Amino acid sequence: MRPLRSLARGLHALTRRRDADQDISDEVRHYLDLTAAAHERCGLSPEAARRAAQLELGNTTVVEERVRSFGWENVVETLFADLRYGLRWLRSNPGFTAVSAITLALGIGATTAIFSAVNPILFEPLPYPHPERIVGIRYAFNEAGAGEQSFGTFREVAVRSHSFDAIAVMKAWQPTMTGPTEPERFDGQRVSAEYFRVLGVHPGIGREFDPADDRPNGANVVIISDGLWRRRLHGDSGIVGHQIRLDDALYTVLGVMPAGFNSVVAPTAEVWSLLQYDPSLPADGREWGHHLQMFARLRAGVSIEQASHDLDAIAHTPVPEFRRPPYASMQHGLPMTSLQRQITSGVRPALLGVLGAVFLVLIIAAVNVTNLLLARGAQRRGEFAMRVALGAGRTRLTRQLLTESVLLAVIGGVLGVAVAAVGVRALIALSPSDLPRLDAIGVHGTVFVFALVATTLIGLAVGVVPALQASRHDLQATLQHSSRRSSRQGTRRVLVIAEVSLALVLLAGAGLLLRSLERLFSIAPGFKSSQLLVMQVQATGRRLDDAGTNRFFADALDAVRRVPGVESAAFTSELPLSGEGQTERYAVRFENDATPADAPPAWRYGVSPGYIETMGIPLIQGRTFDRGDLTQVASRPVLISESLAKRKFPGQNALGQRLRMGGAADRPWDVIVGVVGDVRQLSLATPQAEAVYATTAQWMWADRAQWLIVRAHGSPASLTAAVRNAVWSVDKDEPVVHAMPMDAMVALSEAQRRFVLIVFEAFAIVALALAATGIYGVMSGSVTERIREIGVRSALGATRGSILGLIVRQGMTLTIIGAIVGLFGAAAASRALITLLYGITHLDVVTYVGVTGVLLAVSAAACWLPAWRAARVDPAITLRAE
Amino acid sequence: MDQPNTDVIPGTLDMLILKTLSLQPMHGFGIARRVEQISRGVFKVNPGSLLVALTRLERSGWLDAEWRQTENSRRAKFYSLTRAGWKQLEIETAEWSRRTLAVSRLLKAEG
Repeated sequence: MRPLRSLARGLHALTRRRDADQDISDEVRHYLDLTAAAHERCGLSPEAARRAAQLELGNTTVVEERVRSFGWENVVETLFADLRYGLRWLRSNPGFTAVSAITLALGIGATTAIFSAVNPILFEPLPYPHPERIVGIRYAFNEAGAGEQSFGTFREVAVRSHSFDAIAVMKAWQPTMTGPTEPERFDGQRVSAEYFRVLGVHPGIGREFDPADDRPNGANVVIISDGLWRRRLHGDSGIVGHQIRLDDALYTVLGVMPAGFNSVVAPTAEVWSLLQYDPSLPADGREWGHHLQMFARLRAGVSIEQASHDLDAIAHTPVPEFRRPPYASMQHGLPMTSLQRQITSGVRPALLGVLGAVFLVLIIAAVNVTNLLLARGAQRRGEFAMRVALGAGRTRLTRQLLTESVLLAVIGGVLGVAVAAVGVRALIALSPSDLPRLDAIGVHGTVFVFALVATTLIGLAVGVVPALQASRHDLQATLQHSSRRSSRQGTRRVLVIAEVSLALVLLAGAGLLLRSLERLFSIAPGFKSSQLLVMQVQATGRRLDDAGTNRFFADALDAVRRVPGVESAAFTSELPLSGEGQTERYAVRFENDATPADAPPAWRYGVSPGYIETMGIPLIQGRTFDRGDLTQVASRPVLISESLAKRKFPGQNALGQRLRMGGAADRPWDVIVGVVGDVRQLSLATPQAEAVYATTAQWMWADRAQWLIVRAHGSPASLTAAVRNAVWSVDKDEPVVHAMPMDAMVALSEAQRRFVLIVFEAFAIVALALAATGIYGVMSGSVTERIREIGVRSALGATRGSILGLIVRQGMTLTIIGAIVGLFGAAAASRALITLLYGITHLDVVTYVGVTGVLLAVSAAACWLPAWRAARVDPAITLRAE
Repeated sequence: MDQPNTDVIPGTLDMLILKTLSLQPMHGFGIARRVEQISRGVFKVNPGSLLVALTRLERSGWLDAEWRQTENSRRAKFYSLTRAGWKQLEIETAEWSRRTLAVSRLLKAEG
C-alpha cells in the first residue's frame, strides 16, 4: 500500500508538475490567509495581520520548496534536469563531445572486443555438463615434456583406472564425402567409443557409438554434426540408419549431434567415426605410436589430485596382462590437467598479454578524457560560479558534472559496442587458427554487461576529478585568481605523466614482440623456404590398400615433375612448421643402447626420394634416398638428423649404425645411411629436431595424407593451379588442400606471436596518439594561461627561440618524467610477455632505448605547436589586453 | 499567551498530528491551531515543518488528503486518519508513554 501510494503520488507530481505545484501553493496560501484572519480577529489591522502571518510562516517560496522537495520524484527530476542540461552542454560543444566520445568509444570498444574474445576462452566454463570434471591426460616423455598417447597406454588405463566415468582417445580424420554432388573434405575425428560420454553430450537424433564396433573391421559407423546434416543431408531425420559415402566406403549414420554442439578439442570437426584399433596391440601397428589425444570424465566426487594418484599408481606398477614396450613404459607418469586448462594453456599468455594491453589503452583513453574535462572545467569557471551564486550546493554541482561525464561515457559506450562488433570480426580474422573456442566469440550477453559496467565506471572515473575540482575551487573562485591555476594544471600534468608512462609500457611491449619476431624469422629453419610451394594431398578410399596408395603418390609425383616451371618435387608425411606436428613421433631404439631407454621420441618423416634435396636440407654425411629405396627390404635405409647423431654417437661415425623406430621387437634393424641437417618442425622457436627419415614406400604402412613440396624455378604461387591439376590428372577425386608458398607457411607458424604483435602495435599507436594529444592539450592550456607572462618576457627582450625553448622544455620535462615512470612500469609489466619473447629478455636494452626515442620524438612534436604559438605572441596585444 | 511559545519536542510532531486528526479531519492551519490550543500555547507548530510532515505522512499512507470547500467556500486540503494512521497513532502513543514513564522515573530517582 505505502510504496504504491508513494509511487502514484510521485508519478502524479512528475507528470503533472504544474497541478501539483498549484496544490502546494494553494495550501500554503490558504494557511497564510487563515493565520492572517486569526490575527485580524485578535484586533490587528488587515495589513499588520498580513505582515504578522507572513512573519510566522517565513518565506512562502521556501516553505513551498520544502514541501515540494519531499518525495522520490525529486531525485528523478533533478536527474532529468541534469541530463537535459548535460545534453545541451555537450551539444553546444560538438568538438569536445566528438573527441571525448570517440576516445572513449575506442577505449571501451577495444576493451569490449578483447574481452569478448578472451572471456569464452579463459574464463567461461566449457559448454558441457559438469565441465570441471573433464580432464586431459598426457604421456610424459621425460621430466619436462609430455605429449600424445599411444593406444596401448589407453587400453591399460581404461581397464585399470577407477577414477573415471568415461575415458577416450581421438585423432584427427579428414574424410572426403563423395556422392551425387561434388566431393567435400570434412574435418573429423577418429575416436574411441566413449568419446561423447566424456563430453557428456549425446546425439540429438539417433544413438551413440557401440563399444562392440570399436575393433578392426568393425562396422563402419559415423556420427555427424548438426551443421553437416543440414548442409549436405537436407536435415532429413530419416538419415539415421542409412549410409553415406566417405572415402569411398559406406558408413552407417548412427546419430546427429544437437545443434550448437562443438567439440572443443577439434572445433572444426563435423564427422566422428571409431578408431577401430586392434585391442591385441600388435607391436608393428599404429597402436603403439604416440599420436592420440586422451581425455576423460572424472567420476563425481573424485578430484583431479585423487585421479592423478590413481594414474601414478597404474603407471608405476606394471602388471603382466598389459605388456609395455620400452617407449611406452609410463616411467615418467601420466600428467593430468583440466581440459579447459589443457586447450587454453597454449594461448593463455598471449591472451592475458593482449587483455593487459587493452586495459592500458582504456586507462589512457579515460585519462585523456579526464584531461579534456579538466580543461573544459577551467573554461566553465564562470558558469560554475554563477550556479553557486544561485544557490547550487557542492554536491549538486558535483552531481551535475558526474552526470555529464557519465552521459559522455554512455555515448562513448554505445559507439564502443559498435566498435567492438567490428573489432571482434577483425580479431577473429586476425587470430591464429589454433585459437580454441573461436565459435563462442561474439558480442552478446556477458559482453554487453561488461561493456555496460565498463562504461559506467569509466564515466564516473573520468568525471570525479574534474567534478571535485570544479566544486572545490568555485567556493574561492572569485577570490584567488592565480593560485587556482597551478593546482588545476598540476592535476593535468600528473595525468599527462601517467598517460605518457602507460603509453611507454605499451610501446615497450610492442617493441619487445617486434624484436622477437624479427629474431625468429631470422632463424634458419633448416631448409630453404623460398620458391617452395606446398600442399597437402590425400589418398582417399578407393585404393584402401597400401600398394595402391603408394602408387597414387608416385604417379602424382611423376605428373607434377612434368609441369613446366617445376624444378623438383617430393612428398613427405610431415611438413615442418605446418602446425600438424606432435602427431607422428616414435621412440627410437639403437642397437648400441645398453638399456632400452624411455628416450624422448623423434619425428618420423615418411618421404619420397628427392625430399631432402627439394627442401634444401643440407646433407652432412652419407647419402640421401634414391629410386633404389622404393622397394621393400628387410633392413631399411634411414637418415637421421644431425642432433640425433650428435647425441647418440658423439665423436663416432653414425653411418652404418642400426636403430629401430616402433614396430615389433623382432623386426630387423634399420641402417643409418646418412645424416642430414636439423629442421624446425614444431615452430621456429622450438629447436626440438631429433628426426628419422625413411621412404614411405619402405615403411610399415602407407601414409594416406602427404605433403607435396615443389621447388619452382620462378614464383611458387603461380604454379599452384598447374600442380594441383597435375595431381588431379592422376585421380580427380583426391582432395588437395592447404596449398601455399612455404614462406607463407613459415609466417603462419608464428601466427600467435604475430597476432599479439599486431594487437600490441595497434594499441601502442593509439596510446601514443592519445598521449601526444594529452601533452598537446596541457601545453596549449599552459600557453594560454601564461600568455601574459610570455608577452612580458618577449617585451623584455626574450627571443622567439628562447620562448620556444621554454615551452618545449616544459613539455619535455613532463614527457621525461613520464618516460622514467613508464620504463619502470614496462620492466615490471613485460614480465607477462616472457613466454612470447624469443631471443631477447624482457629487459632488452635496445627495445627500451628505441621506444623511449619514439616517445620523445612524438611528444616533442606535440609540444612544438603550442610552443610555436607562444613564440609568436605579440607582446603589444597581450599587454594591452590587461 | 503570556508564556513563550516553544517548538514542539523534536520527534513528536507526527504523533501530535495523528492525535489531532483522530478527533476530526482538518486542514493544516486547523491542526496547528488545535495543537496550540490543546497544549495551551506551550507548543507552537512551525508551518513549514507541519506542511512537510503532512506530505510525508500522507505518502506513508497514514493520512488521506482531500480537497474540500470550506464554510467560506475556499478550496482547502483536508487530512484524515487512515486505518494505518490509527494503528500508527497507537504505536506512537504507547511508545511515548513508555519513554515519559522512564524519564520521570529517572528524574525521581534518589541518589
